[in-house]
Amino acid sequence: MVQHAHTRVDAAFAALSDATRRGVLLQLARSDASITELAGRFRMTLTGMRKHVGVLEQAGLVTTRKVGRVRTCRLGSGRLEEAAAWIEGYRRLWEARFAGLDEIVEELKRKEQSDGREK
Amino acid sequence: MDAKSEADASAKRLTRVDRTSDREMVVTRLFDAPARLVFKAWTTPELFMRWWAPKSLGVPLRSCQMDVRTGGSYRLEFGEDEAGSWAFFGKYLEVIPNARLVWTNEEDADGAVTTVTFEETDGKTLLTLHELYPSKAALEAMEGGMLPEQFEQLDALLATLAASTGRA
Repeated sequence: MVQHAHTRVDAAFAALSDATRRGVLLQLARSDASITELAGRFRMTLTGMRKHVGVLEQAGLVTTRKVGRVRTCRLGSGRLEEAAAWIEGYRRLWEARFAGLDEIVEELKRKEQSDGREK
Repeated sequence: MDAKSEADASAKRLTRVDRTSDREMVVTRLFDAPARLVFKAWTTPELFMRWWAPKSLGVPLRSCQMDVRTGGSYRLEFGEDEAGSWAFFGKYLEVIPNARLVWTNEEDADGAVTTVTFEETDGKTLLTLHELYPSKAALEAMEGGMLPEQFEQLDALLATLAASTGRA
């Protein structure tokens, strides 16, 4: 399970390493678009755009749906946020702990100052 | 302290997280106090209990036993009540008062060895927490295996996406 999630994360980062694909995500954040529209907007061949969308789809960042001859792309589920939340959670935990530790240390410092040095 | 140097000091008190290798995480933070006070807040159970489980963790620390000396053991119990509690435990491999703590995390076969150092300069203490996991997979199972710089890149992108329409 963890391994599976991790492979997904790797795929997401590989997908994000390309400027065109990041552009496609920004575009899809505004509105859904067909492969043809995206290819036009990024001045690219249909085949080229299909490949980029394929990579984004594999990474779970984009979903596509074919209606008739038109394949419509939209942003995928919140998997990206989920993945990002992982390490951010680790950092936030330490940040919160150290904020608490800081308060206690300040308290000890004030106490020491008002008592005069104990040792 | 004037406003500028105060701002500098608080800026340096940011918590920084780095993944320094496949198996290692490093967290650093500066404290505006001598090392012996930071060490005391870390190794006195009543004080430790006040900060180790911040509210945002969502689970209180029910009990804390620490025998802080080389070879001594510790046990932390989290949970709302006894039925729903779980424990973290291990041994201190090295204790140098006011300078260094090394302990094992034995509740899990994939537990890290944690080293905390307290380095004092001009009355301030740089705290460095280092976690060494038994394998790359063990570290990644804990926190997802993302590098902070990758996260920053992702974060920036997410912020742009969210700002553009609020759609996800």
